[in-house]
Formats: sequence, structure tokens, C-alpha cells
Amino acid sequence: MKRTKLIDAVGFRRTVSRLAHEVLERNKGADNLALVGIRTRGDFLARRLATMIADIEGKNVQVGSLDITLYRDDLRGRLDQPQLKSTEILFDLTDKVVVLVDDVLFTGRTVRAALNALMDIGRPAQIQLLVLVDRGHRELPVKADIVGKNVPTSLKQEIQVLMTEVDGEDAVFLVERDEDARETKEKQP
Amino acid sequence: MKLHGRHLLGLDGMPREDIQLILDTAVSFKEVLERPIKKVPPLQGKTIANMFFESSTRTRLSFELAERRLSADVVSFTTAGSSVAKGETLKDTARNIEAMKIDMVVIRHSAPGAAHFLSRVVNANVINAGDGSHEHPTQALLDMFTLREKHGSLDGLRVCIVGDITHSRVARSNIFGLKTMGAEVSVCGPATLIPREIENLGVKVYHRLEDVVQDVDALNVLRIQLERQQRGLFPSLREYHRYFGVTKEKLARATKPITIMHPGPINRDVEISADLADGEHSVILQQVTNGVAVRMAVLYLLGISN
Repeated sequence: MKRTKLIDAVGFRRTVSRLAHEVLERNKGADNLALVGIRTRGDFLARRLATMIADIEGKNVQVGSLDITLYRDDLRGRLDQPQLKSTEILFDLTDKVVVLVDDVLFTGRTVRAALNALMDIGRPAQIQLLVLVDRGHRELPVKADIVGKNVPTSLKQEIQVLMTEVDGEDAVFLVERDEDARETKEKQP
Repeated sequence: MKLHGRHLLGLDGMPREDIQLILDTAVSFKEVLERPIKKVPPLQGKTIANMFFESSTRTRLSFELAERRLSADVVSFTTAGSSVAKGETLKDTARNIEAMKIDMVVIRHSAPGAAHFLSRVVNANVINAGDGSHEHPTQALLDMFTLREKHGSLDGLRVCIVGDITHSRVARSNIFGLKTMGAEVSVCGPATLIPREIENLGVKVYHRLEDVVQDVDALNVLRIQLERQQRGLFPSLREYHRYFGVTKEKLARATKPITIMHPGPINRDVEISADLADGEHSVILQQVTNGVAVRMAVLYLLGISN
């Protein structure tokens, strides 16, 4: 297994900072804006973006975290079932501009699940998608509105996002996986 | 994260990590129940049969709600009006249900071991919703969930189960589950309603409520099954109330507030006084709310495993 560092701690900070500016530029400020991060790392990313937006604009945006486990299309028959966590969106999404935040955009299936989950919680005026890394290989018609870094990958490779809150450091790695990794992916429905 | 078994038949012998997983998962479902749209899709396309061979209101309702909120298709039947009344055996009923491609079965039956039996003859996941005086695992799980929510942890928590222990599946499941989770469990009731050698399960036995209240955090008050009164196990309801009915007076010696639980339905002013049942330390209605979340957790964890 070979690991290449794509983004280090300093670069990570700069990228998040740029993303915060892009969110504000796109929406002409922070009014009516809410950030919803997909657990686990998208959630931390959303919180960091909110802090930066508060620094830049002097306004607090509401942040929620979304657990999409119940909406996954590969939930059944998995040998390793994900631990169900709680969705914590303590405000009304209706008529808000929601920026959905995730660390890596890959097949698009997570985003599909997240959209369904959001629709069950409220009716936002608009949903935008922000991701730290877009690695390609979409299986659904999903496109991010704001992207931290585009990384063309092969299916044998994997993107690993580390964040201080859970991993002790901020970094993005490109991981070269062994041959059998590809089979695992293809087995998923 | 996965349960060890394919069925939920009882808490006797269920590993600690399984109970922990169910309780943790239920926390997430409790959040779902507070949303405007209280429905999530994980069991879409699964069919669940609720087979209630014994009367039940809240347990059946609670299971049905839990199933529908997980988007499962639900069929229910009670003994009255089913083929059981025509003399069909449990095995044949089960086989027919199997022939209709049912994925999960929730069963309540007056015979201890009915759920175990069913789990051996059908391929579906079986959930025991009460089998005679044997076990009622989801009730005990929701009791534990409620206690954990109120007290933070079950480890070292002192819980006393009051009433007819001999005939109570709720008591048995609670004892197994609470012991596994590290709680200190005691039972209290008239000698005629406490099984001999129950100490072997690791519980303390009391025959006076006044002796219990000083060293207990919660009382789980069982329903006095009025139908059993004919057997002469206690002289009269009035006498039962006088000695074992939970009242403010009997709790007077407690040094701190005691959480009051009851699996329902309540006989007011028999096993518990009305003011305590509706009092500030009563979690009886929280138990009902939590019941749906806990049953969703059980159905979800078993339903996605195959």
C-alpha cells in the first residue's frame, strides 16, 4: 500500500478558507444560509467552514450534521454494517439555502442518500453541494457546486481525508490499494 | 457493528455488546421520531408479520408503528378471527406465513418457548414479543433504554422489580439484561409471587417495600395480573395494595428521588398509587415513547443483516 500526500495541514487550511469564500461569493453573503455536513468528516468540515464564515462575514450560520446510514442503497447484506449515528439538525431547513458538505465525492450515491434524507427533514429553497475532494467515477448524475480539489483517480486508488477532530491531523492522501480492493467496490450494488 | 444472532428470542445469554448496540442504535431512532416526517427507508420491501396469539394493545401498536416507520410492509393478526381459532397448529400457521414470503415475524404467545420453536421452523427473523411467563426482551430493552436515558449509565444502577415476579416475563428479561449491563437488581413482592431460588440469578430478594427504598435508584412496578387472583396467591387486592402497593408513604424513607417505571397497563391504586404514576419521577410515558425507538432499532439491526 503506497500513500502520497496531496494536501498537508497548511494547504488544508488554505483550501477550507477558499471554500468558505466561495460559499459567500456564490450566495452573496451568509444570509439565509445553512451548512449541513455528512457524518463523519463532512460534519467537521461544515463546522470549520462555519467558523471561517463567521470570521470573514461576522455572521453565524447554522450548522447541522446528517447521518445517511438509513438511506444507503447498500445497507442490506453488508458484512460490516456501519454504526448508525444521529442526525442533528436543530433548525428548520424550510426555505433555507442549504450547503451540503462532504469530504470526498466519488460515486454520488452518498449524495443521493443525503438529498433524500434532507427532503424528509424539510424543504430547503435550494441545496448546493460542496466537497473537499472530487475523485471522479460517478455512478449517478451528481455534480458538486464547490470543489476543494479535483483529483483524477483510478478505481484501485482511494482518497483518505484526515481531520484533526478524529484523526489527529489535517491531510489528504492518495492511497494505492492492492488488487482486491477493486473487487470490493464492484460488489456493491 | 452487527448483532450476533438472527433472532431476538430473549435477553438470557445475549452478549453485552449486542445490548449496547441496540440501545445506541435506538438513540438515533428516537431522533427520527422527533422529526416532522417520522419515516425512514431502511426496511423498504421487507414484509413483517405480527402474530399475536395473546391479547396486547401497546406492544402490538408499538411494533406496528416501528415497522411502518422503517418503511416495511406490515401484516398483523390476532387469534380472534384467525385460523388458530379453527385449530391450526403453530407450526402450520408458521409454514403458511413462510409460504407467503414473509421476512420477519413478531410473535406473542402464551406458551413459553413459542418464539424459540418458531425460529427453528421458519427462515424469517423471529422477534419474541412475549412468550408466556418466559421472556419479553423488547420490553426489558426499552426499560433499560429509559433508565440509561434518565441515569446516564446502567453500570452500578440499583433497580428493584416489584410485584408478581413468578409470572412475569418482563421481570425475567429485565433481570437478565440488567445483570449483563452491570446493574444491581433486586426483587420485592409477597413470598407466594417470588420464585424459589431466584437468588441464583444474582438478585436480592425483599419482602418489604420499606426495606428497599433506601438503597435503590429505580422501581420497576409490575402489573398485578388480576386474572391470577383467583388462585389465592394473595388474599385480596386491598391487602396487596397495603403491603406492596407503591405509595408516597412507603417511599418516605428514601434518601433521594426514585425513578418509577411500569410496563403497563396500570391498575391505579393497586400496584401503584395514581399520584406516583403521574408524578414527576415517573417515566411511564417515556417508556412508551422509547418503546417505538427501541423496537425500530431491533427490527433495523435484524432486518438489514440478511
